[in-house]
Amino acid sequence: MDFLDRFSIPPHDDPMLYASIVAIGLVSIAIVAGVTYFKKWGYLWNEWLTTVDHKRIGIMYIISALLMLFRGGADAVMMRLQTAVPENSFLNAQHYNEVFTTHGVVMIIFMAMAFIIGMMNFVVPLQIGARDVAFPRLNALSFWLYFAGAMLFNISFVVGGSPDAGWTNYYPLAGTEFSEHVGVNYYNWALQISGTGTLMTGINFIVTIMKMRAPGMKLMKMPMFTWSALITNLIIVFAFPVLTIALLLGTFDRQFFTNFFTTTDGGMDMMWANLFWIWGHPEVYILILPAFGIYSQIIATFSERNLYGYKSMVASMVIISLLSFLVWVHHFFTMGQGAVTNSIFSITTMAIAVPTGIKIFNWLLTMWKGKIRFTTPMMYSVAFIPLFTIGGVTGVMLAMASADYQYHNTMFLVAHFHNVIIPGVVFAMIAGLIYYWPKMFGFMLNERIGKYAFWNIVIGFCLAFFPMYITGLNGQARRMYTYSEATGFGPLSMLSFIGALLLAVGFVLIVYNVYYSFRYAPRNVGDDPWNARSLEWATHNPVPEYNFAITPTVQSEEAFWDYKKNGYKLFNGEIKDIHMPNNSGWSIIFAGIFFVFAFFFVFHVWAGVIIAFLGIIGCMIYRSFEKDDGHHIHKEEIEETEKKFGGAE
Amino acid sequence: MKQDSNLPLEYSTETNEMNILGFWIFLGAEIMLFATLFTTYFVYVDRGVGSGPAGSEIFEITPVLIETILLLTSSFTIGLAVHAMRINRVKAMIGFMIVTLLLGAAFISVEVYEFIHYYHVGATLQTSGFTAILLTTLGTHGAHVTLGLFWGIMIIIQICRNGLNARTANKSFIFSLYWHFLDVMWIFIFSFIYLKGMM
Repeated sequence: MDFLDRFSIPPHDDPMLYASIVAIGLVSIAIVAGVTYFKKWGYLWNEWLTTVDHKRIGIMYIISALLMLFRGGADAVMMRLQTAVPENSFLNAQHYNEVFTTHGVVMIIFMAMAFIIGMMNFVVPLQIGARDVAFPRLNALSFWLYFAGAMLFNISFVVGGSPDAGWTNYYPLAGTEFSEHVGVNYYNWALQISGTGTLMTGINFIVTIMKMRAPGMKLMKMPMFTWSALITNLIIVFAFPVLTIALLLGTFDRQFFTNFFTTTDGGMDMMWANLFWIWGHPEVYILILPAFGIYSQIIATFSERNLYGYKSMVASMVIISLLSFLVWVHHFFTMGQGAVTNSIFSITTMAIAVPTGIKIFNWLLTMWKGKIRFTTPMMYSVAFIPLFTIGGVTGVMLAMASADYQYHNTMFLVAHFHNVIIPGVVFAMIAGLIYYWPKMFGFMLNERIGKYAFWNIVIGFCLAFFPMYITGLNGQARRMYTYSEATGFGPLSMLSFIGALLLAVGFVLIVYNVYYSFRYAPRNVGDDPWNARSLEWATHNPVPEYNFAITPTVQSEEAFWDYKKNGYKLFNGEIKDIHMPNNSGWSIIFAGIFFVFAFFFVFHVWAGVIIAFLGIIGCMIYRSFEKDDGHHIHKEEIEETEKKFGGAE
Repeated sequence: MKQDSNLPLEYSTETNEMNILGFWIFLGAEIMLFATLFTTYFVYVDRGVGSGPAGSEIFEITPVLIETILLLTSSFTIGLAVHAMRINRVKAMIGFMIVTLLLGAAFISVEVYEFIHYYHVGATLQTSGFTAILLTTLGTHGAHVTLGLFWGIMIIIQICRNGLNARTANKSFIFSLYWHFLDVMWIFIFSFIYLKGMM
């Protein structure tokens, strides 16, 4: 029994935990039973789990991201409920710590990251006219490593206990002295595994964009989303190794009793904060740049104008990517650097507002004198501009080091970063999902339900987060599980809770919209339902396996628009056999073994660690000797598929 | 698969070209990885000693010099192996690769001896922040070399089985990039950890 004791949850006599265990168990049984009943195992395995198709991998990323959105969203509603009234006892202190920790990690790493990588997977190869990414198998591995990390992080809730030191995981709080149970071990390993997957994605997409663009598509003729993906992936490649090392050192501290981040024997707890934010600040630009890319596509399409200031858009992203590595100290102005250091980082931080401001003006000028169509994606984009600007302005307030002593670790900060991440990243992802939905599935999402969801989300967002600016300035600290009535935070916190509920309703409406449109939406939407401008719309909806029957030849920035309106020829030549990569179960098995390895490592079960490690080596040897030259889709097959869509051009 | 006879075999197909570019980008990530380790090392080298030994008290020049010579020589021999590959001398190529791996194995053996020495003089992973980052940096490099040994063996087996073709040439060339990279990292370790520590 001693052996099994380690897997039990530390006691917090909370019936909700046991309810979740039962719920997770029942859902898992229901899924397995459902798939078996409908005899879908073969389909699931052959068409999805083993796929190397960038479109399907993208869709799997997005589905996982939505699942994580609901997990993180449930955490958020729990926190708002707990703080809705003073002296509430819905959650105890330890449970509240775990909830805000998992909320942060799940939303950043497993929701937002997965969503943007899913979008990049689906859209980038289509936008550059490629058959797939450069390394399709590696791409599948990236996804499954991310998924293994996400699952590992999520089972911490019911096996052994969740991490409880905040998503920033600062030491010494995250050390074994103050966080005894295995929660932070989970944090280290889950982020390590999914981070490795993300690094591979970074390499994969840089090579894809550098080497696989359609003939004629020079770098300065790429669609803006592809540009944002390129810059983002460069940041990924240079930022994620820092996280790898930080997590490795943290693992050593917790599991091998080293003194990196302790306060004795030469350990320095501030080293963690520095390493974490050297990765963590570029990370927020990894999230926001692809969102900017999506907005650029949507705003141009629904204003029926080409994007204003293409070159300055690219230049500002390059500048942001460089500055993103030079601002990390602003996350801890109050933690004992001198005035000179703080001043330097204060200035670099404020400098980022300049290129970001350029982008804002470019979007506004794109809409200027445009024929604006207020579709749901466009409404999100239009709401984004003022809301994000408010978030940006409060960011500049926080960037002033001396003033930051008032704001640091208050709800003001919480309001600020939600104010940039939700209108910035989340709105962009929802807008992008609706915009690319016909491309993915061949039908449109219902606009009317979509707009109801939009208004719920926008109003809910404002109600949930704007009160926090005020309570924060009044001194309400973040991460406090309760407060006394005398503080006067009660009414505004209640308002915030109501906002959170509205947000939740909005997201439920989006899910309902998917169900509704799946049942009732017409299926013949054609290939260009939005009257769009860039190359991804030059193929069919939904996109056939091979993307383009004939590789397009590009002559201008807005290849598809010029093809439609200005008679540029896009498809020269004739249909030939197309070379495609083979599906393979290797990626999911390899990532599965990584999951087992990390799980045993979390609990110090060394026999399991060694066996899983041998499995990892075995997989690598198998891959080294494997010969896989892919297959060809024959000309006749392609012609038949194209005929079904109404003929190739 | 399209082959371009004007290019060396390792670059001859599109896939090969992308593999090599991808690996260069991976090496960029590896540079960041080691840069993080070095930065952390520089932070701890003076201020993270605690009650444990400082670098100057535990470093020994002899094993470090031997390791340096072994690894630098192996970088030369892997270069010779790639040269042999370019002029299509398969036997010479395999020979040089085997010599490279043997030198790598010798390097690892001396490093293991060095680690045992640190253990005996009381500089373990748990002693202080400084010893921890020292051993982690050296260990990360050593783990990379060890992985390289197994990788190299796989490639030699494949060349023996299938001869030189676009696939095996590509793998060998990428392996050589990796091996040179480890050598460069060692030069940094030698200069900024050992020499600076002993001065």
